This record gives sequence, structure tokens and C-alpha cells, in this order.
Amino acid sequence: MKQTMKFQREADPEWSERFRTLPGCERISSCIQCGTCSGTCPLSIYMDYTPRKIIALIRAGFREEALSSKTIWLCASCYSCAALCPQQIHITDVMYSLKREAIQAKKYPPRFPIPVLAQEFFNYVKNWGRNAEIPVVLKMALKSNPFILLSMIRSGWGLFRTGRISLKRERIKRTGELQRALSAVKEHSHA
Amino acid sequence: MPENRGYLYFPGCSLRATGAAYDESLTETFRLLGIPIEELEDWNCCGATSYMAVDENSAFLLSARNLSIAAQQGGRDLMAACSACYLGLRKAQDYVEHYPEVRAKVEAGLKAAELKPFTGVKVRHTLEILYNDVGVAQIKSKAVRKWQGGKLACYYGCQAVRPYDEVDNPHNPMRMDELMRAVGAQTVDYPLKTKCCGGTLTGTIHDVGVRLNYILLKEAVRKGAEAIVTICPLCQFNLDAYQCEITGDQGEKFDVPILYFTQVLGWALGGDPGKLGLKRCIAGQSKIKNWFSAKQEVASHA
Repeated sequence: MKQTMKFQREADPEWSERFRTLPGCERISSCIQCGTCSGTCPLSIYMDYTPRKIIALIRAGFREEALSSKTIWLCASCYSCAALCPQQIHITDVMYSLKREAIQAKKYPPRFPIPVLAQEFFNYVKNWGRNAEIPVVLKMALKSNPFILLSMIRSGWGLFRTGRISLKRERIKRTGELQRALSAVKEHSHA
Repeated sequence: MPENRGYLYFPGCSLRATGAAYDESLTETFRLLGIPIEELEDWNCCGATSYMAVDENSAFLLSARNLSIAAQQGGRDLMAACSACYLGLRKAQDYVEHYPEVRAKVEAGLKAAELKPFTGVKVRHTLEILYNDVGVAQIKSKAVRKWQGGKLACYYGCQAVRPYDEVDNPHNPMRMDELMRAVGAQTVDYPLKTKCCGGTLTGTIHDVGVRLNYILLKEAVRKGAEAIVTICPLCQFNLDAYQCEITGDQGEKFDVPILYFTQVLGWALGGDPGKLGLKRCIAGQSKIKNWFSAKQEVASHA
């Protein structure tokens, strides 16, 4: 097994400090590295770093490793870790904060479908106020890996047969109202 | 007991698409119980999981607009059926209340759109409403049919019971089990009842998502369940739509009906099987036809 030695000079302690002030991330410092999160996580076996290691990377200030990990995208937000953490660390929120920073800094693995899906979903809802599965999934596949669509043929047929796929554009009536509100939030966030 | 004035109903995007059967069976169940539900006017996406991964404050704004409309529409609790919608709305409320920096941004957004601030709106999940406001005793007394179908595994999934513990116990929820037993069903002990279905992973990292669903199905069958009952459209979707692709480690195939708890309740309360969205189920159709057939209707619930 390949082990990589990390050195203090590669760390970014200021980032670590700043990260711990984000909503939901305040209790990172109290982590006792017990591994309950990794033990209960249904996806930790597929992750490059387990949730416990992600917390350790943040505390030590290894921003690159944390942001470019697959772990943060495999987290399905089931909140098992957060519900069981003996130190009440909101680990799911920590993962969300990392996802957002990874998208902003474009640090996610290239053509990895999960962040692509998140952004397509975000844009669709910003424009129409509601989600529509077909256009969002199609765009996600085209922008990441079109072969994903092959894996959807069998399930797609079942859904189509039972009238569960709609090509209708779902939208709210007052899209202008929503967009005004969203722009104001954005302006306020950069202020 | 005071008369129930009903609820504002937040269907959410899934219930208007792949989860239509949940919308249909829920509407029928509340009609049979005589409890009015009124759809939230011009509701928008709750800002769930995928949205939250891009921008947190915008996600909270989406929920805040819904809550603001609910406050205007007036005087009733807001009921979400989808677990992700429930959590999206509930979490927005919690974060706006606890983090001044979140509140400032969300309030600026509401103000720009001339939306009123929301106060006093209570967000609740359908399971908790049926359990607490209607109650096991009333369901039992109003049921006109007794469940004659197979044993059920009650699957609660994740976001309805975590991180908030208002819907049911986060580690061993039993309220759906109790409601199913009230209409004569036997429920099996299902240790994976709050394990994750993978959410959108079935569409993105397909093999990993499908594997999680295989584990859920395998354990339900091993415990003697003939069907799985859900309270979330994403859980139902994953277990149902991808079931045909799953071949187990021993080559086993599954044909397990994945039902909404409102389909079982609506049927037991005397609902028209045609109005419960049963034809939208993909797996286990022969069992579903048999269990919900007219033959069973004479069996009154003694």
C-alpha cells in the first residue's frame, strides 16, 4: 500500500482556521478521531479518504487533499455520521462545505458526474424554480460521461412504461420573484 | 380531540414526476380520513442535496420562499412528504434561526422579492402527522380492510429521521411499523431500516448506488419480508427502478414490491385501488395485483 508522507510546510493552517468558522463546521476541533463516522458510513469503503481522515486533513490544513478527494462527492448526505458522532460534529455539513469550495475552486476530479449533476440541478432550479429529471440528467451525462446513459436504459424503460417519466417542463409561475430573491442573496454573499 | 383543520401540502418535485404514486395515494388517504390538505401556492424546489452542494445560502433562500408563502397562506402546519424536502425546509428554518450571517442573507433575498419573513410555520413530515395527529387508534378504527398481503419491511431511509429527531427515533424508528400493524400487516425486524439508498448515486456512480440497494433488498428478503414499504420518493425510486438490474452474489434475482406507506393505508381505509398509483410500481406487479385485488375487499377489519 502506497503511503505518502505529508509535511507541515505543505499545510495551510489559515485555511483550516477559516474553514472552522463556517456554519456547521465549528466543532471540527473537538474531533477525537474515534472513527465512528467511518464505521457507520455506508459509502466509506468506496472513498479515497474515510470521513475520519477528511476531518484530520482539515484540522491539519491539507486543503488540496480534502478538496480534490472523491470522498466528499460520494457522501450521499444520509447523516448517519452526524447522528452518531460523540462530539456532535455536523460531519454532513462539513462535507457540504468542502463540496462548495471544491466547485468554486474547480478542484473536483475532471468529468466526475456528481459535481456536474449538482451544477446542472442548480442552474435548472435557478431558471425554473423546480427540478425536472430528464433535462438535468441528460446534461449531466453529456458534460461528464455519456456512457452513463447506457446504464439507465433498463430503469428508464420501467419508468416510462409506468408513466413516471414526464417530458413536461416543470416550472413555478413567479420565476421573476425567485430570481430577484436569489440575486439579492448572491450580492449579499459577496458584500 | 379538537377538529383537525388540515395542512398546507408541499408535494415537491419528485411527487410530480417519478414519485406520482406517493402524491396520489397520500391525497386519497387524507380524503378518506376527512382531513383537508391544500397545496402550497406556487411552491418551488426545496433546495435539497444537490442544490446545497453548490450554494448553501441560495438553498436556504429556496426553502425560505416556500416558508414565507406558507406563512401568508396561513395558520396551518406545512406538510412535506418527501424526506429530502422535509429536511431541506426544516434545516433552512434551523440555520436561519441559529446563524445570524445566514439569516441576514436570506432576509435580504426575501426583501428583494417583497416576500414577508416567515415566523411560526411548523414543518412536518407526513409520517409524523399520521402517527401523532391521526394516531394508530384512529387508523385502526377507520380501517375497513385488513392487510392480507405479505410481510412488510418498513424502510425509513435517512433524511426524515436524521439529523432532526422529530419524525421518529433516528436509530430505531417504529412509527411506520405501528401504522402498518394497525391495519393488520405483519412487519419484520429490519436492521437496515435507516441505512442509505444512495440517493442520486444510482444515476452518477451507478455500480456503487445499485450495490447499496442490493444490500437493502437482500436483507429485507432474508428477514422474511415480501415487500418493502417506504416514506420517501427517492428510496422508492432506487429500490424499484433499479431492481431489474440487480443480480445478487449467489445469482439471486428480486421481484419485491416497493410500496409507499400511504398506498397500504389508503387501501386499508377503503380507497379505490385505481387511485393509489399502484400501476406505477415496477417490481412485484403480480403480488401487488393479488394483494390489492377486489377479492380481498370483503375481508373487513374486525
